[in-house]
Amino acid sequence: MTAPLVDIDSVSHRFGQQTVLKNVSLKIEPGSYTILLGPSGSGKTTLLSILGGFVTPSEGKVFIRGVDCTSVPPAKRPTTTVFQDYALFPHMSVGSNVGFGLRMQGVDGATRAARAREALALVGLASSFDKKPHQLSGGQRQRVALARALVIEPAVLLLDEPLGALDLKLRRQMQDELKAIQKRVGTAFIHVTHDQEEAMALADHCVVMNDGRIEDEGPPERVYARPATRFSATFMGESTILAGTVTEASDRTSTVATPVGPVSLPSALPQGSAVGLAIRPEHLVLGAAGGGVRLGSAEVSDVVFQGSFKRVLAVSVEDPSLQFIARLPASAAVQPGDTVAVSCDTDQIILLTD
Amino acid sequence: MRRIVRIASWLYALAVYGFIFLPVVVLVLFSLQATSFPIPPFTGPSLRWYDAVLSDTRLTSALLNSLLVASISSLAAVALGFLSAWGFARFVLPGSGLLRGLITLPLTVSYLIIGMGLLVLFNWAGVPKSLLAAGIGHVVINLPLCFAIIYSQMGDHQINIERAARDLGAPEWKVLLLITVPVMAPAIFAGFFLSMTFSWDEFVISFLLTRFDTTLPVEIWNLLRSGLNPKTNAVGSLVFAVSIVLVVLFELTLLRRRKA
Repeated sequence: MTAPLVDIDSVSHRFGQQTVLKNVSLKIEPGSYTILLGPSGSGKTTLLSILGGFVTPSEGKVFIRGVDCTSVPPAKRPTTTVFQDYALFPHMSVGSNVGFGLRMQGVDGATRAARAREALALVGLASSFDKKPHQLSGGQRQRVALARALVIEPAVLLLDEPLGALDLKLRRQMQDELKAIQKRVGTAFIHVTHDQEEAMALADHCVVMNDGRIEDEGPPERVYARPATRFSATFMGESTILAGTVTEASDRTSTVATPVGPVSLPSALPQGSAVGLAIRPEHLVLGAAGGGVRLGSAEVSDVVFQGSFKRVLAVSVEDPSLQFIARLPASAAVQPGDTVAVSCDTDQIILLTD
Repeated sequence: MRRIVRIASWLYALAVYGFIFLPVVVLVLFSLQATSFPIPPFTGPSLRWYDAVLSDTRLTSALLNSLLVASISSLAAVALGFLSAWGFARFVLPGSGLLRGLITLPLTVSYLIIGMGLLVLFNWAGVPKSLLAAGIGHVVINLPLCFAIIYSQMGDHQINIERAARDLGAPEWKVLLLITVPVMAPAIFAGFFLSMTFSWDEFVISFLLTRFDTTLPVEIWNLLRSGLNPKTNAVGSLVFAVSIVLVVLFELTLLRRRKA
């Protein structure tokens, strides 16, 4: 196996008294699209700044292409950053903006212009070469920032909430373009976001962060289907979480006592341990034609029509502190106030042991 | 009633502007006097006194001296002001607030005190009275001004722009020269033109710190000692005209920045 492109080794960082990263280790493979996903304050942006060289970590090391880059300044490391506010040079034309990195490398004017044009063509802005940044729309500025960062062929491209300032429609469109561009250039992208839909749509490798730690990482499909922790089960998509205690355990199955009754699971668990059972909204069944596991009954408190589906909130009759979040077909006939049976299939239950 | 208030407010405005501009109008008007005394009745218009000013080598060399001192001291003030503003805006310094206060402090000290202080200091250090000494004095009074103007415009939004330049491989001096200075250009020009204006008609410091070669305001004062004549009006009008040009340039650079 080849060495990883980026190797973050036990990095911790403190701002004053506050610890924002706690012993984070992460490996990035060449050509991958990695998303750092987390709420604000989770340390994801700090981690990106450490990768870009704008912050030197209090502890730990960062290797890029096997070279220790921990305290190498941004100018001298093979990374470039696409800033959240784009940070285009307002006094320069779009072409000069894109050519700036090459100019700093001492590339001559003609080659610079040719390569800047190529990079602009890559992001679909070939005709804007002579414009000034203020003449462009938000989405176009974003693309110029991308072209400017890509033209010097970095080992890793860092994107700091690149779509955060765009409206929803444009965001989805740029999202598709980002992915396409990444596939075309083959550069490893590391992208910070708090938008889980963005994460699922873009990532080859999804890193869920919370409170300065990596909660979970892997392909987004895996992280969604089998989240490793309670946090990632609720942050990467929604889940209903049942708290339970293992009451019976054999070598193949265990029974977990929950407020809505016992649930038996096909896995071996230590008896007496506390666990969480997470169920995705699309896997909860409301009504008579139930799944294999009965979860008591619940009173529907809210039904939100969302176009292709209905999002239903229902309060458990057995345990009023428990709220089920379910996703039903748009045609489902449920009303607030209905009392329905709740169930799901055994193999859809996600076991959380943290 | 409403009409009376309106008329009164117009009269008031007229009185205020008259109070401010009438002396200047009188000065300019009598610089065009054809006879030898700048007192009514007006006998012009004539350009003879302007002719007299421009053929007086003492006045023209003083005018050149003034331009030289104004431009060089303003360049120095704006360069130092820019660097200190950048330093305060971008780096965490111990006692930053106190140091910032100290830099702007000369704005509150009278020119007379600054001039006397420099006179004593230069005397002690063996720096002779000269245009250079006056120029240093002008840097002292204009640096705080340039600093305040540039520092006020140096917001956090430029930090990421500088970072981006660094990220793309620019060494620190290129970041300053290619990014920060052009982005800050309106504030830098504003500081420069305002310094020019202040240096151009500054009298007290130049009076105390120059001897043989001197600046135009000091030369005008010499002229005034032999009594009023339309020549002093003419040279005063010229000084005023240059000041107007500088102030307009200052306003234009500020205005352009607001539009951008």
